[in-house]
Amino acid sequence: MAARVFGWLDDRLGLTGIYRTVLDRKVPKVNWAFTLGSATLFLAVLQGVTGVFLTVYYVPHPDQAYDSINYIMNDVAFGWLIRGLHHWGATLMVITVVLHMLRTFVYASYKYPREITWVTGVLLLLVTLGMGFTGYLLPWNQRAYWATTVGTSIAGTVPWVGPIIEQALRGGSDLSTLTLTRFFSAHIWMLPAALLGLVGVHMYLVIRLGISHIPAADE
Amino acid sequence: MADSESTAGLGRRSFVTGVVGLLGGMIAAVVGLPAIGYWLGPSLEKHETDAWVPLGPVEAIPEGEPTLFTFSRTRQVGWERSATSYGVYVVRSADGQIEALSNVCTHLSCRVTWKPEQNQYLCPCHDGRFARNGAIVSGPQPRPLDRFGFKIEDGTLLVHVVEA
Repeated sequence: MAARVFGWLDDRLGLTGIYRTVLDRKVPKVNWAFTLGSATLFLAVLQGVTGVFLTVYYVPHPDQAYDSINYIMNDVAFGWLIRGLHHWGATLMVITVVLHMLRTFVYASYKYPREITWVTGVLLLLVTLGMGFTGYLLPWNQRAYWATTVGTSIAGTVPWVGPIIEQALRGGSDLSTLTLTRFFSAHIWMLPAALLGLVGVHMYLVIRLGISHIPAADE
Repeated sequence: MADSESTAGLGRRSFVTGVVGLLGGMIAAVVGLPAIGYWLGPSLEKHETDAWVPLGPVEAIPEGEPTLFTFSRTRQVGWERSATSYGVYVVRSADGQIEALSNVCTHLSCRVTWKPEQNQYLCPCHDGRFARNGAIVSGPQPRPLDRFGFKIEDGTLLVHVVEA
């Protein structure tokens, strides 16, 4: 019965075809370093899931951001787990992204025909760091406040356009409610949207081109 | 490869698929099951409290005409104190009888208003109508208006508010 239901769906959705194309790809003999991309993707999904759950209680307002996170940590069932996963997942994701990039560089996987995979990967690195930067402000504690003061000031040191960038990031000349709400917006809507699109292209190219082999010494 | 699969019964390929599925299921459960409790969180918690709220001297309440008394009570909800407003229609008849009716419609919790010219309470949401004593006149409501418990101490009327 289950086989018949699956067959009916498969005829119409092509599930077996998707499975073969996405998961049953032929891969060269590679090592564990080639799992870093999958590890990053897993962490990205985990960040998405835990992040969505955090928005159930979090309020992006200077008066309530810290209190609402305190509430998540101390009063909500498993709040410590959901936020802990999000907190440590963020750190871990930056680490896996960087290691993934190092592996790609060291094994020369960025070369023809995978240049665009590399470019989207670099953009994904920037988006990931942007997620880390914007997420860091959201608890609105002393560390968050001053880290963002310093971070946006650094952006302000760019020649000519620095002050404009700094004010655009802050939503004004100083850190305020506007900074918190725009960081929140970037953190949960803009950057994830960019991330999703770029991951789509990145994954499409990995599936289309296949992964690279480990170069031989004389290559 | 094909040989080893047929002789061993469980091939390397299906073993790996199974292990991946099992690990994936475990990870999903570790995040998913706590997430249910997290999401439900405070919504199923009970904080039952009750209080006697003074509405004022009984003598000051007009006879015959239902009079609306409003008050609000605050309590800790999440990380904030939230206020809940209450409305009580007190009906004091000439013979000294007192009734304290909730202004919450028993249909879907809109608030009813006393309409003196129609001599009934009207709920604007679905045209529910109640008589002076809270009985159903017409409309979709399943039961008469709820009543507050009340007592009189030193000439002051107090109503009993029970919060879930």
